Amino acid sequence: MTKAAELAKMGEVLTTSQIGGRRNIIINGAMQVAQRSSSAVAVSDGSNENYQTVDRMNFGFGNNAGGACNISQDTTVPSGLGFSNSYKVDVTTADTNIASTHQIFFRTILEARDIRNSGWNYTDSTGNSKITCSFYARSNKAGTYCFSFRSVDTSGSMYYVKEFTLVADTWERVIITIPSNSSLVFDDDTNAGAVLAISLQAGSDRNNATDDTWNTSDSSLTTSNQVNFFDDTANNFFLTGWQLEVGEQATPFEHRSFGEELALCQRYYQQHTYSLRFQAAAAGTLRFPQNIQASMRAEPTTATLTTPSTTTNVSSVGVTGNYIQMSASSSGDTRYEGGNQWQVSYDGEI
Amino acid sequence: MEQMNITLAQYQDADNLIIQTTIDGQEMSVPLDPANRHYQAILEWVAEGNTIEEAD
Repeated sequence: MTKAAELAKMGEVLTTSQIGGRRNIIINGAMQVAQRSSSAVAVSDGSNENYQTVDRMNFGFGNNAGGACNISQDTTVPSGLGFSNSYKVDVTTADTNIASTHQIFFRTILEARDIRNSGWNYTDSTGNSKITCSFYARSNKAGTYCFSFRSVDTSGSMYYVKEFTLVADTWERVIITIPSNSSLVFDDDTNAGAVLAISLQAGSDRNNATDDTWNTSDSSLTTSNQVNFFDDTANNFFLTGWQLEVGEQATPFEHRSFGEELALCQRYYQQHTYSLRFQAAAAGTLRFPQNIQASMRAEPTTATLTTPSTTTNVSSVGVTGNYIQMSASSSGDTRYEGGNQWQVSYDGEI
Repeated sequence: MEQMNITLAQYQDADNLIIQTTIDGQEMSVPLDPANRHYQAILEWVAEGNTIEEAD
């Protein structure tokens, strides 16, 4: 091959192959963004499950599983790879009494259209079209853990389960290549399409998956080799550099700026602070625009996180549809401001 | 997708466009968007026999 041909080939590879362009489908894989809280949040069955700390990371205790843990954004990271944060799970109440349906896991849930339009030919019946998941994991609890990729839109759901092994207190880059399957379905919508989970415990009715294959007849997220990470309060688990990319090679983690990741996270969750004040001519209502930064996945749920220190002449205040509405009791200075101000969360998570 | 503990649900106003609810101990305002996960949970809660109260 001539030098010119080599350069042309290199250019073709760089622009059309897996390493060209934006690769990571997972949002906040480096665990940089933690809008809700960067400090630890105590989690147990029925208390603070789902989204609490690092954006896009969802923690769950299934079917009244026991035990408790703190989850947090942490600074323990693999060295020399450009990471500053990890997602940490710290067991605070051990659980060795595992009922058959118990399961404990954390997961990130991807929109169906983001998989459908990723470029992965997921219905290729040969299984030769691949998507690759990779992440860095570490725990003092050595053993076999399970990763699962659930296709939600497929009738009855399909689960690809893959074991991985951790050596105590050692960062491991886990690479899992998932084959296409003609039965896979990902709708062209904003609902959940793929659920990527790391299991930390599974009971006997939830650990029946077969390793390294698409499972269709069971909702198990793990194989029977799944370790019980919750067996000791000394146990910690860290994960960062979570990536999902089209192709059969795990390329280096695609580092994105904090601003890029925050903007991507704000499609699912935002927090904004308002200071409201107007001079009322009489009792009545004034509407204020909201400060939403990105087009959200769904019309968001709103909640008050902090209230202001000064409430003067206010009969009501709240988010109503596409605006904020504050009503004055009578004429005069009408204030809803001061202190920590009025902080509102907008939740459009899956 | 997930389990939520709903203890109260009431329409915010007569237009019935927003549901004031308490989920997992937190008060929140939920729009009637089928893609909203809290609204999905409220629909499941209603399907179990619970009722969304009319606005005051």
